[in-house]
Amino acid sequence: MRKTLLAAALLGALLSPVHASAAEVSREAVVQQYSQIVFASYEDSLLTAKALQNAINAFVAAPSEAGLNQARQAWLAAREPYGQTEAFRFYGGPIDDARGPEGQINAWPLDEAYIDGVKGKPTSGVVNNRKVVISKKLLSSLNERGGEENISTGYHAIEFLLWGQDFDSNGAGKRSYTDFVDGQGNNADRRREYLKTAAELLVDDLSYLVAAWQPNSNNFRARFEKKPDALRQMLVGIGVLSRAELAGERIEVALDSRNQEDEHSCFSDNTHRDIATNARGIQNVWLGEYTRVDGSLLKGASLRDLVAASNAKAAERVTADMAATQARAEAIKAPFDQEIVNKDGRSRVQATVAALKKQASSLVEAAKAIGIKKLNVNG
Amino acid sequence: MTKLFLRPASWLAAGLILGGLVGFTSLPELAPYHDGDEKLGGDTTVYETGRNAFSLSAANMASERQTRFFVGNSFFKKAWVEAPSSTTARDGLGPHFIARSCGACHALDGRGAPPQFDKQLQAEQPMALLFRLSVPGASGPQPEPNYGGQFNNDAIPGVKPEGKVQISYQPQTGSFPDGEPFELLQPQYRFTELGYGPLHPQVQVSPRIAPQMIGLGLLEAIREQDILANARAQAAANLGVSGRANYVPDAYAGKTMIGRFGWKANVATIAHQSAGAFNGDIGITSRHFAQEECLPAQRDCRQAARGGKPEIPKDKLDAVIFYSRTLAVPAQREADSAEVRRGKWLFSQAQCSSCHVASYTTGPLRGLPEVSGQKISPYTDLLLHDMGPGLADGRPDGLASGQEWKTPPLWGIGLFADVNGHTRYLHDGRARTLSEAILWHGGEAEAAKQRFMAFNKTDRAALLRFLESL
Repeated sequence: MRKTLLAAALLGALLSPVHASAAEVSREAVVQQYSQIVFASYEDSLLTAKALQNAINAFVAAPSEAGLNQARQAWLAAREPYGQTEAFRFYGGPIDDARGPEGQINAWPLDEAYIDGVKGKPTSGVVNNRKVVISKKLLSSLNERGGEENISTGYHAIEFLLWGQDFDSNGAGKRSYTDFVDGQGNNADRRREYLKTAAELLVDDLSYLVAAWQPNSNNFRARFEKKPDALRQMLVGIGVLSRAELAGERIEVALDSRNQEDEHSCFSDNTHRDIATNARGIQNVWLGEYTRVDGSLLKGASLRDLVAASNAKAAERVTADMAATQARAEAIKAPFDQEIVNKDGRSRVQATVAALKKQASSLVEAAKAIGIKKLNVNG
Repeated sequence: MTKLFLRPASWLAAGLILGGLVGFTSLPELAPYHDGDEKLGGDTTVYETGRNAFSLSAANMASERQTRFFVGNSFFKKAWVEAPSSTTARDGLGPHFIARSCGACHALDGRGAPPQFDKQLQAEQPMALLFRLSVPGASGPQPEPNYGGQFNNDAIPGVKPEGKVQISYQPQTGSFPDGEPFELLQPQYRFTELGYGPLHPQVQVSPRIAPQMIGLGLLEAIREQDILANARAQAAANLGVSGRANYVPDAYAGKTMIGRFGWKANVATIAHQSAGAFNGDIGITSRHFAQEECLPAQRDCRQAARGGKPEIPKDKLDAVIFYSRTLAVPAQREADSAEVRRGKWLFSQAQCSSCHVASYTTGPLRGLPEVSGQKISPYTDLLLHDMGPGLADGRPDGLASGQEWKTPPLWGIGLFADVNGHTRYLHDGRARTLSEAILWHGGEAEAAKQRFMAFNKTDRAALLRFLESL
């Protein structure tokens, strides 16, 4: 009789549903899950950047149209995880502290004439000046102090070399692979060298970020996880990206100027993906989730859980707003430079801005539920 | 008699009297604190410290105006590139320049610093520290004939930079009356690797560091009559402080107006300042500053490619001007603490407040409701003062003499470390601490400085603590 009762009790315990909604998470667990996501995102960025570097090295060893296309595809693929890491900016973390490499990795606008020839100045740039030694040192020496952005390195410098200037209103830049072939492109050898060097520098910079966020090291992550204001910083990152940087700086400014090339990935016409991946990165931080490039899913204690424990409605609102933003962002059609100059495109883009503003507001409210008053989202 | 001494009541009475006497002489005087005193920028005030403290829009800005703020921010902080470029909205850099963007010098909307030194050697060219040039003329200072009104140590490829700036510092030691030693650094500036021949033998040079960008619209909204009232009050007090206004031509207004901005109150409006700086510092032309600053002798500069006409269109420049006028002032920290209140009281005792006038109510400023009718505490009279030979640059500017400087606002001064990672003060960043900055005060400010020096160490610390709270 006792055995049966015991068995029944055990069975009962196993079958009773786990009460999912009010899962208590600790602040520590949320911060740790965030660190995991940041680390994984930078790791994926490094992985895909190395694949980009391999494609570039193969291309410069034997330039061909197929090789150029492969390098371009690798570049587009590398932007997918990187775009999601922009949610980790704006609080002086390793990406953008006083020595942070953000400007060197993602500098925009690019001083095209500083790098290579441009329409109107075909012999300009470091590529065409044989007196200048192309090296990582030269390229990074242009990184100005005091937070100014670099003008000649990073993803967009590589993008410029791979696609060239965009003069096609319906497509991307049309640089020919022959620009990289000795005898066909002017200073082709130096163009190949610049491309290789820029890729090396990018890999170096991303490696630095991976090291800073590695687990079980004496690094920024170790200190971050002990900081009393870590949660606030996490929220500043996604708050400022939502309102000031993505809605404001990147989209509203482009809408306002209607200037076709006032968009971040203007050579490849990939700006619509920049917007979607930036939005995704914000969502990742909120939900404590990240889908890696290999398809695996990281999931754990999240800001959403923490807020929901105090104010379920505020948490739901943010979750819903972010889902709406993601949908709007994904609805923006490529090429972005066409979207901002036609009526329907502008509506789609405006809708994304409105959604981002809404989620920024809800975030400010939600932050109060975990004791963070007056969250700054204006950068 | 003996019996009186032994009674407990007598001891009690004696104790109370003695205690009262001791208490009366040792109670430190504190400035009062009222709820809201920490809102230095009135309703524009934000409660923020850290690197973003100077970069927020006025707290009372309506949401529909934020877009313009963001557009302005974009054109303020993003680098300008050489023309021609795909990004035609942002090209036209140079041909001569000192920085690629406003944000390069006003990093994070904050205060610039002089170049870094690495083991006594200057490690970089100045960027956030610009050098105004002139030569004496019959009707006032004129631009230097081969180098113009400003020294440009950078240029686009194919054009020579005007040269390099070498800085050296001469230490000067001294001590407070209580024996505590101090060291001040006297800078010396030399121009080398000159691109266009020697400088005029009578060249006048004025080093000017990039000031913090907060509260500028509020300063613009201070009524002219209130600035002039400061001057009258100082004259009437007859304490050796005699501030006077500068009057300067304004490109936007098309007339002469009272100066408020710049280290010598040499600019009247933010609009003029922004457009002038775009042109002089970055080489970007606009409607009122339509020419590149290339001198006749600078052929390569004159022949270099240009961006559009103008290089920054009106609507973008207007957005930058709007942005520059509406950056929020961060609230004072720990305004109600005893030490800060003590420091504030001492600030007044030493009469620092004669020139660093605490409070105003701003007037209306058309198109800018955020800054109109606000109770603010910038700690400046916006007037020129003779600060003595130690700080003099020898270069007149408008009505300002070679020994006069405008009282800079003190709001934000306690946040330079947070925002910009340094603590460099005064017009050329020579002072490494607030104490050094005070010690450089001379001329009309000599008496106030002496009073500060004569305070005991605790009181000096309190006054500095008050400054750090701003």
